[in-house]
Amino acid sequence: MSEMTIHLKIWRQARGETKDSQKSQGRFVDYTVEKVLPEMSFLETLDLLNEKLTRQGQQPVEFDSDCREGICGTCGLVIKGTAHGPNPKTTTCEVRMRHFRDGETITVEPFRAGPFPILKDLVVDRTAFDRIQQQGGFVTANVGSAPDSNAVPIPKLDADKAMDAASCIGCGACVAACPNASASLFVGAKISQLSYLPQGGPERGRRALLMIGQMDREGFGDCSNHGECEAVCPKEISIENIARMRREFFKGALGGHDRKAATGD
Amino acid sequence: MSTFRSHVWSSVGKKMITGSTGLMLVGFVAVHLLGNLTLFIPDRGHAFNAYAYFLEHAVHGWLILAFEAGLLAVFGFHIVSAVTVAWTDKRKARPVGYALVRNAGGKSRKGLPSTSMIVTGLSLAVFVILHVKMFKFTDHPAVVHDGKEMKDLYAVVVAAFKQPLIAGAYVAVMGMLGFHLRHGFWSAFQSLGWNNDRAIVVLENLARVVAVLFAVGFLALPLYILFFVDPSVSGGHR
Ligand code: HEM
Ligand code: SF4
Ligand code: FES
Repeated sequence: MSEMTIHLKIWRQARGETKDSQKSQGRFVDYTVEKVLPEMSFLETLDLLNEKLTRQGQQPVEFDSDCREGICGTCGLVIKGTAHGPNPKTTTCEVRMRHFRDGETITVEPFRAGPFPILKDLVVDRTAFDRIQQQGGFVTANVGSAPDSNAVPIPKLDADKAMDAASCIGCGACVAACPNASASLFVGAKISQLSYLPQGGPERGRRALLMIGQMDREGFGDCSNHGECEAVCPKEISIENIARMRREFFKGALGGHDRKAATGD
Repeated sequence: MSTFRSHVWSSVGKKMITGSTGLMLVGFVAVHLLGNLTLFIPDRGHAFNAYAYFLEHAVHGWLILAFEAGLLAVFGFHIVSAVTVAWTDKRKARPVGYALVRNAGGKSRKGLPSTSMIVTGLSLAVFVILHVKMFKFTDHPAVVHDGKEMKDLYAVVVAAFKQPLIAGAYVAVMGMLGFHLRHGFWSAFQSLGWNNDRAIVVLENLARVVAVLFAVGFLALPLYILFFVDPSVSGGHR
């Protein structure tokens, strides 16, 4: 395999620089990495760079990753202007160097959104998603022993759609790619998932109102239906989940009982 | 903030307002277009003026008043909610922008029509004001049709579109209307929750058809008048 030389233009930002002001003091720094192999992953190239920086006594570039096989949702970079890199249906950790040319310059930026403050370099704080989930992305059930399979009949199509929505790994690429920095695809997936299942039924109105309320309080933008989120989503979550989220919200807002429960008044 | 108001002005509520008012505007514009088709009848504006006369006098003039008030409100809600979504909230949500943005392609619906909604929309707002000023709040000569004296709106329209600059501006704005609807028409259904993976294919194709029909329907008129109507000829049309 032929070795490649890759030029990287990476966003560097010290800890605590944007937390409050939101005014960025970060900057791009140019690096060159030699002896990159086409079969290496993009994150391994960053590892290589960090080894070099550490040897030179410089601060390594901070970025997030965990499983490195596309299932955990921890990684997330905007590579060459696209969240999770130029290839569809993949996470950042699944990006391979064979998709780039020898001598190419690659711009690397963090997922940018007001509600995702930059912690350092390419690492952003995505706990806004956790707070949205905590508002209703669950079923309040008395968990006894495991029920018999098929004790609760669920139509095949509903089960499939619920499973599709459930495959969201909460990576935040939808927010990063959205021109409005909206979290609608993530929240749509979480709300839809439970709306297809009988277990999600009793709390559905309240769930939609609370989760969408939290999404708005976090400061995410509104959705203009560009659909860019679906294109970058590593799990191919469809924007039909956003339409469904809006139906759930509408029904929830009309349901008097649910509304009282949701707002406590 | 009351519960009702916080729901209406939530991120989802704003989209429902934008979408529903957008579809109402589509309905209005469709009727407006059908009415304007009377201009193509070579009768020196007889049918067109009579249609305008009917609108102004139906139910003793109350119909048009009620309709105009409603329309003004619809425009108002559409503009306020849409500009909040596509401009003010958008800017707040990403204080620091990207150095490099590429469209992801594939299933994305992001493109010039969707990203220029704010530009085409605000252009339409300016246009609507000038349009109403030019044709409604102006001095109309009088004409007698069927023994009834009525405003000769036809003469005003022809005089306007005989000026190449005005006709050209109309063509440009109607192109923008087409762009607005190429994204807006299917987007409105998505905003109202009336969409799924199968419906979106139909709705997007419908949006293409609506965009072309509306744009061509409206821009054909000034061009037709500019090139084919001769007021000095009997019947007005060559
Ligand atoms: C008068 C000035 C107008 C302004 C300032 C305006 C502005 C906008 C903007 C910025 C959007 C995008 C909202 C978003 O990002 O979600 C939008 C959507 C839309 N507009 Fe307009 N617009 C105007 C007139 C019109 C007219 C005349 C029509 C119909 C003929 C129309 C139909 C629509 C539709 C159907 C949508 C899609 C709504 C949605 O996404 O839910 N608009 N408008
Ligand atoms: S919807 Fe897709 S892009 Fe958004 S958080 Fe979930 S997996 Fe990531
Ligand atoms: S590191 Fe787990 S999905 Fe990329």
